[in-house]
Amino acid sequence: MPTITTLRHAVAEHVHDGDTVALEGFTHLIPVAAGHEIIRQRRRNLRLVRMTPDIVYDQMIGAGTASSLVFSWGGNPGVGSLHRFRDAIEKGYPHPLAIEEHSHGGMSVRYSAGASGLPFGVLRGYAGTDLPQHTDSISTIQCPFTGESLAAVSALNPDVGIIHAQQADRDGNIGFWGIQGVQKEAVLASRRSIVTVEEIVDTFDSRVRVVLPSWVVSAIAVVPRGAHPSYAHGYYERDNSYYREWDEISRDRNSFDEWLQHHVYDTEDFAQHLAMTPDLAGV
Amino acid sequence: MVTQLDFETDLTFTADEMMTIVASRELSDGNVVFVGIGIPSTAANLARLTHAPKVVLVYESGTIGTKPTRPPLSIGDGELAETADAVVSVPEIFAYWLQAGRIDIGFLGAAQLDRWGNLNTTVVGDYDNPTVRLPGAGGAPEIAFNAHKTMVVLRQNPRAFVDHLDFITSVGHYEGHDSRSALGAAGGGPSIVITDIGVLRPDALTSELVLVSLHPGRTIDEAVSGTGWDLRIADDLATTAPPTAAELAALRELSGS
Repeated sequence: MPTITTLRHAVAEHVHDGDTVALEGFTHLIPVAAGHEIIRQRRRNLRLVRMTPDIVYDQMIGAGTASSLVFSWGGNPGVGSLHRFRDAIEKGYPHPLAIEEHSHGGMSVRYSAGASGLPFGVLRGYAGTDLPQHTDSISTIQCPFTGESLAAVSALNPDVGIIHAQQADRDGNIGFWGIQGVQKEAVLASRRSIVTVEEIVDTFDSRVRVVLPSWVVSAIAVVPRGAHPSYAHGYYERDNSYYREWDEISRDRNSFDEWLQHHVYDTEDFAQHLAMTPDLAGV
Repeated sequence: MVTQLDFETDLTFTADEMMTIVASRELSDGNVVFVGIGIPSTAANLARLTHAPKVVLVYESGTIGTKPTRPPLSIGDGELAETADAVVSVPEIFAYWLQAGRIDIGFLGAAQLDRWGNLNTTVVGDYDNPTVRLPGAGGAPEIAFNAHKTMVVLRQNPRAFVDHLDFITSVGHYEGHDSRSALGAAGGGPSIVITDIGVLRPDALTSELVLVSLHPGRTIDEAVSGTGWDLRIADDLATTAPPTAAELAALRELSGS
């Protein structure tokens, strides 16, 4: 049975300096509020894991929470570069960021292996690419039945898996629908997990397609619009203009620092940050 | 925006429109197409709304058979899920659908491409000390490896069409001849590269990309100077059919322009 608590307490209890932390959500249900809270509590030396580091990881990297990043695609979807991510990798600012780089197929197999309690997973891929020579967690294995050479990737087992879902029920079961990404695997692969939700309900919406039983979740926090600027299907739409505006905010170190101070360090919680963000769509 | 006038049809169109329309013409009813954002997504939806209503669109966010009314900004926009025949998880889309060979055509873009259609979306310069850090692989390596064939859409200039890739992110015809299949790649690799200047296809024997068509008004000199290797030109070099009024109208309605 998870603790139903505030996001501040959930992060304080479950996310520690030096942890391997995975925030998942594939374009939909991205746990942005949790990322902000990790920044606000000034965690350091994290090994951040995420298939698609986008705005929330740009913020976490720019704020100096991470010493390494495990990922497969780092960009601002539909817009362009992640400037804080690039500044860290190209210029070592605010400090160097070690990278462990995969493809989406490789990352999803690593999560599935981690969720399955296996030490590695297999896929058909990576051969002929330059990724294996730069990434130690990619190797090859011969199929014992056919002799085919396949890629092997080590399992991912984060210390903490963090996701955002539409609903929790009063018993602490988690329900979500729409694009499901790799959230289920991320929670099941992780030693501890935090789930932020739009609301707590008596009975799940009939659209719920994925249910995570209460006993695989460590903590739940209610954070309305906690996935903004991504979206929560049935609750609010993707804030496309915010993704475009982030390109400007993040391009320059000073304007990013100013944003960080006003929107994260000077705010009590995500709701205060949202209150400073005009024109929220689709409420 | 640079526009071009086709003197026979008296229609003006941009290079992006030409590339999108050429890509859409490659798709037929019943094709299962794995698409990314940008020209691939627009082209696949244009095909669906014009000559190939039964083309099946698959996005890596796990939406299968999706039918958006507008080109999405991200591969996970809500409309993709709302209009899909099925929504599956990311591990499932890559394992059961792509890796298992259920995708006919994969659409790819890149920062760099070489004469074999290998692609770089990872880094410009040295990996450990990059000049430009690009977003990285995403799902492209698996699409390139496992789709029955791939289509590449990329503007042709010497920065993109390079003699030697800074990084191989996704395998095309690898080192030519049968080197791709020797890697264990399931799919057939790039069957077409569509640029702002023309169309390239792999040579039947060597798999080296050959310029087979020039878009209306474009020249061999432009194609050669836009290519960082000694570009081969087909003996029977064709001229790409210009966009029709119907194609342009459908594309502009789709794009909201």
